[in-house]
Amino acid sequence: MFGMFDIYLLEALLSGLLLGGVFALLALGLNLVFGVIDVVWICYAELIMLGMYGMYFLYVTYHLPFLLAALICIGGVGVLGVALHLLVIQPLLGTAPINQLLATGGVLFFLQSAATVLFGIDFRNLGIRLPVLDFAGMYISYARLLAFAAALAGMVALYLFLARSYTGAAIRAIAQDRQIMPLMGVDTRRIYLITSLIGGALAGLASCLLVLQYDVQPFVGLTFGPITFLICVLGGLGNMLGGFLAAFLFAEIISVSGLYLDQEWGYVFGFAVFVVLMFIRPQGLLARRS
Amino acid sequence: MLALTAIDAGYGSFQALFGVSLEVRLGEAVAVIGPNGAGKTTLMRVISGLIRPRCGQIVFDDADLLAVPAHRIVDLGIAHVPENRRLFPRMSVEDNLRMGAFTPRARARFHERRAFVFELFPRLQERRRQFAGTLSGGEQQMCAIGRALMSEPKMLLLDEPSAGLAPVIVQQVFALVERIRASGLTVLIVEQNVRQVLRVVDRAYLLEAGAIRSSGNAEELLASKAIHEAYLGV
Repeated sequence: MFGMFDIYLLEALLSGLLLGGVFALLALGLNLVFGVIDVVWICYAELIMLGMYGMYFLYVTYHLPFLLAALICIGGVGVLGVALHLLVIQPLLGTAPINQLLATGGVLFFLQSAATVLFGIDFRNLGIRLPVLDFAGMYISYARLLAFAAALAGMVALYLFLARSYTGAAIRAIAQDRQIMPLMGVDTRRIYLITSLIGGALAGLASCLLVLQYDVQPFVGLTFGPITFLICVLGGLGNMLGGFLAAFLFAEIISVSGLYLDQEWGYVFGFAVFVVLMFIRPQGLLARRS
Repeated sequence: MLALTAIDAGYGSFQALFGVSLEVRLGEAVAVIGPNGAGKTTLMRVISGLIRPRCGQIVFDDADLLAVPAHRIVDLGIAHVPENRRLFPRMSVEDNLRMGAFTPRARARFHERRAFVFELFPRLQERRRQFAGTLSGGEQQMCAIGRALMSEPKMLLLDEPSAGLAPVIVQQVFALVERIRASGLTVLIVEQNVRQVLRVVDRAYLLEAGAIRSSGNAEELLASKAIHEAYLGV
């Protein structure tokens, strides 16, 4: 009896770890954009929704191989990120932050409505049934394992880019001192565009992974959008490492409390922990900005 | 080499500079001195493109700087060490130097330039992996100057390099300015530390309330009665 209990807990912990990887990926894109451009993409999850539709049409309607569809999707949502920056963010950059929030919030409703008009409210999926792995008596979803591995690979690639390249150094630097960037010879507008491209591409990567676990519908963004914001705020908005830790913390809370209670209670519990932590550390787990 | 003609500049409705004209010749070291709020930092920012003047003209090596976007000015050969150093505090010394070598021309010569900077400041080499924010004030100033030198400039703009440093470190900074001059770089330096800066430059301009009040050779100014009373506190 006790041994059975242990294996379930272990399974929940492992499942939380896998979920945390995807949460971390979601938080990373949002944090990157916020850290560099100082703008919150409220419509971030809706970019993912569009990416999921992209996957659906490329894979189901046009019969492209999954990997090719995924690459097109990552690039496509990256371009959407650039378009979002050029059309919505850039004209508002000098204005009060609330304007940018309202504008990207407006884009959220616009994209939801546009998707409803264009694609209807049907739930669609790729029709891929990935097996459930039986590993040492624990059941692990293959889709989640794949998502975890791909999310990790994406994050490592981004880390190397930020750590090793000149453009990556400029992206880190701009988050620390925006005004003097021209003195370094850096065109901040160009860095903003590159950051938007990467932020969009991360949303694109997330959409390829999430489409294996969730049905696509115009409001699917609500499933993970709020959680993503919460994780970013919990980690300290703009702090990539904080977001990374918060993602795993949050995923474990959901996963483990889902073991003892229902899955829905897992979310309730997670949000409750969030509220308490916000009282204790209002600036986020790893505070950076004063 | 650098010539400013009748520059008016400011922030919003506030005007900080009124018809400032100034010239720096190749190989010279020139100081701009004056009280707090005289517009010295604004002047530096106008030259490096951080602020666009309302009217006037800036020519550097036959190039019209006002026709060049701010981020291209460093590539023309002007490196600006800003007031308060403005390092990237949560990046390593090495990464700060890397940012100084961001332009394609400087990137190609990164290793060479870094070796030059480390030779000038062996201390930075010891601390190359440390966050710049953890350096002492003097080391931060070395890092800020090193970062500017990474772009292989023809001219260095130094804005209050001695501000906030202990007296013994201030001595080192001025000794450093002399070494940089000796290496053939043209220097324009803004300082409140009037007595010391006049010992290391050839000429100086006195900026008061946004306008040039007087100018001359460093020795003449050091001897001048007005400067003596106002800035050397006799």
